[in-house]
Amino acid sequence: MVVAQQQKDGAFQLLVGKIDDVLQYAIGDPMRYLANWGRLYSLWPVHLETACCSVEIGAAAGSRFDMERFGALEAFGSLRQCDLLIVMGTVTRKLAPRLKLVYDQMAEPKWVIAMGACSITGGLYFDSYNVLRGIDDVIPVDVYVPGCPPRAEAFLQGLVLLQEKIRRAPSLSGR
Amino acid sequence: MTVQAEYSPDADRIMSVSLGPQHPGAGHFRIKLWLDGDYVVRSEPDAGYVHRGEEKMGEYRNYIQNVPHLERPVILDSSNILFPYALGVDELMNLKVPQRGQYLRVIMSEANRIISHMYFIAIQGLFLGHTTLITWCMGDRDFWIDFAERIGGARVTFAYIIPGGVRNDIPPGAIKKGLETCDWFDKRMDEYEKIFFQNPMVHQRSDGIGVLSRDDAIAFGATGTVARASGLAVDVRKDEPYSAYEDFEFKTPVMTQGDVYARSYVALLDMRESVKIIRQALKKLPQGPVRLKLGPQPRVPAGEVYSRTEAARGEMSYYIVSDGSPRPYRLKIGVPSAKNLGVLPHLLRNVHVADIPPIYWGLNYWPVESDR
Amino acid sequence: MRARAFAARITEKFPDVKVDWMKERRLKVSTTADRIAEVGVFAKEGLGFDHISTVSGIDWIAKNELEVVYFIGSTTPGQEDFVLALSEHVQRSNPVVPTLMHVWRGVEYHERETHEMFGINFQGHPNQNHLYLPEDWNDLPPLRKDYVSPGR
Repeated sequence: MVVAQQQKDGAFQLLVGKIDDVLQYAIGDPMRYLANWGRLYSLWPVHLETACCSVEIGAAAGSRFDMERFGALEAFGSLRQCDLLIVMGTVTRKLAPRLKLVYDQMAEPKWVIAMGACSITGGLYFDSYNVLRGIDDVIPVDVYVPGCPPRAEAFLQGLVLLQEKIRRAPSLSGR
Repeated sequence: MTVQAEYSPDADRIMSVSLGPQHPGAGHFRIKLWLDGDYVVRSEPDAGYVHRGEEKMGEYRNYIQNVPHLERPVILDSSNILFPYALGVDELMNLKVPQRGQYLRVIMSEANRIISHMYFIAIQGLFLGHTTLITWCMGDRDFWIDFAERIGGARVTFAYIIPGGVRNDIPPGAIKKGLETCDWFDKRMDEYEKIFFQNPMVHQRSDGIGVLSRDDAIAFGATGTVARASGLAVDVRKDEPYSAYEDFEFKTPVMTQGDVYARSYVALLDMRESVKIIRQALKKLPQGPVRLKLGPQPRVPAGEVYSRTEAARGEMSYYIVSDGSPRPYRLKIGVPSAKNLGVLPHLLRNVHVADIPPIYWGLNYWPVESDR
Repeated sequence: MRARAFAARITEKFPDVKVDWMKERRLKVSTTADRIAEVGVFAKEGLGFDHISTVSGIDWIAKNELEVVYFIGSTTPGQEDFVLALSEHVQRSNPVVPTLMHVWRGVEYHERETHEMFGINFQGHPNQNHLYLPEDWNDLPPLRKDYVSPGR
């Protein structure tokens, strides 16, 4: 009796697991793919210039490199609507709390590109009294773009890498 | 609270607002504003978001190691920030830079001036709501970057002007390319005049806004485009011809209105003169070596020097104190943005909130340069 | 040589002013903190040095002194190429100097910077809050020689 019950339960569990798998493959994966696909071509960067790499962002947004064709606008809206934070270079001790404040205000899902040697390790300014040695202690970073400053092409490659990461995101939340 | 009581009997009318550092109208810079309705009654700039301690770093490095980090504060204009440094070290070490090196310094400096002014005009167009100009300028700026890249080997940070001359000779083909770019750019600037500077909308938005009188320009120590737009003809290239500037014919453009429009237009006139200088320099480029051989750790005799040049934004100056060791004892960078910083709170008084971005950017203020 | 002429005119009026060095287009004179305002007014109104260029500090730690140097250009026709450097020395233990804002309006932000970088107190300056350093900076002023950068 007990054995039969156990078998029955086991079969039920198996059935539930199968249905779960089927649902996951039939609905969950396409939904996840669809949601992330929708995200990756409509990235809205926050307009937060931190240092001199912003010049190359300007060039990348300009008419020769045109980052809009990759699906990222040079945004001039509220940071509540933005989902991409590009840290354009050096983060100083005075700016770091503001950077955190900006990051915290952005809505999920959100991604961060650390652009330039300064935002990765401090770069040339490793022995400066006012510069953070990398921004990893302040906010989490998704893509690092090295260079001092990175060329506009290098930044665009970083953008494409981030889109690849979003496409392969394991969950519906985009992370 | 004291501020409110100072400006209005009913303190509730005055509202204090912080513009920046995350704001489309003020990147890496904050302006504290006190507003009465739509009018600014008082403002206070809050710089320092990009202060990286260049001057302290300069004391830890020798004179050659200082070259790459010194150009970072203003990578739009990276040759011009190194120019006075190179002149100062040349003077301390008593180096006679070869004539070809002097000419190449001038060419690179003027190309950088155009690159910097193009960025300035592009963003000014954006702040005045003229999207065509930013698209054009950002695209055309890249052709000058191409020319500079042929000579210096990088898009923005060339480290080209170094003590003792320039880093390398001009490659074959760059002279022809430079002359072609000059010819093309002359025509292009006529189009900028038509679409932007003669545009009635632009006139409406920038005429008579943020007026700085000539006396105030002198009192505040304004330099560069800000001073020249107010009728103060300061131009270190003319006043104190350094390097090879005596060999070229050019004018110092001066306007008298002193408003936002004049400050933008002076930049365009500046670029016209720069094109003239580049064309002359490329045509009569002398033969010979481009730099003197210096050791990796040159010893600089003890002494003091104050050297200055005309950068894109104004007078760029260095005060170098050497005590005879391989490293500078004191390295003061006097940047034009910091010299024009005092003008901002003076202009942001009794203006509309909507006029803040054009006035701020019209000063050609680059926070990274000002903070160092 | 014009530098010599300017130096002569200054030392004629202020005999205790010391001439540090002269070059073709530069002149550096030094004085004390209690006389600098008078010399400054004379340089502006008597000699025509009206266009402030920049202000620098120097830490002479071996001599236990701090120095403040004002670099003043000119808009007077004929001497635009000349820069006068006007300096003053103070003790490191008590670095108090008068502000020169009433002479050259534009020194406001340069003096504020010198204050935070060297800890020199400019008496009469309206606002000496931190401009470039973080608000919570509580170390030595960074450009003093006994301050060592954390990376070094």
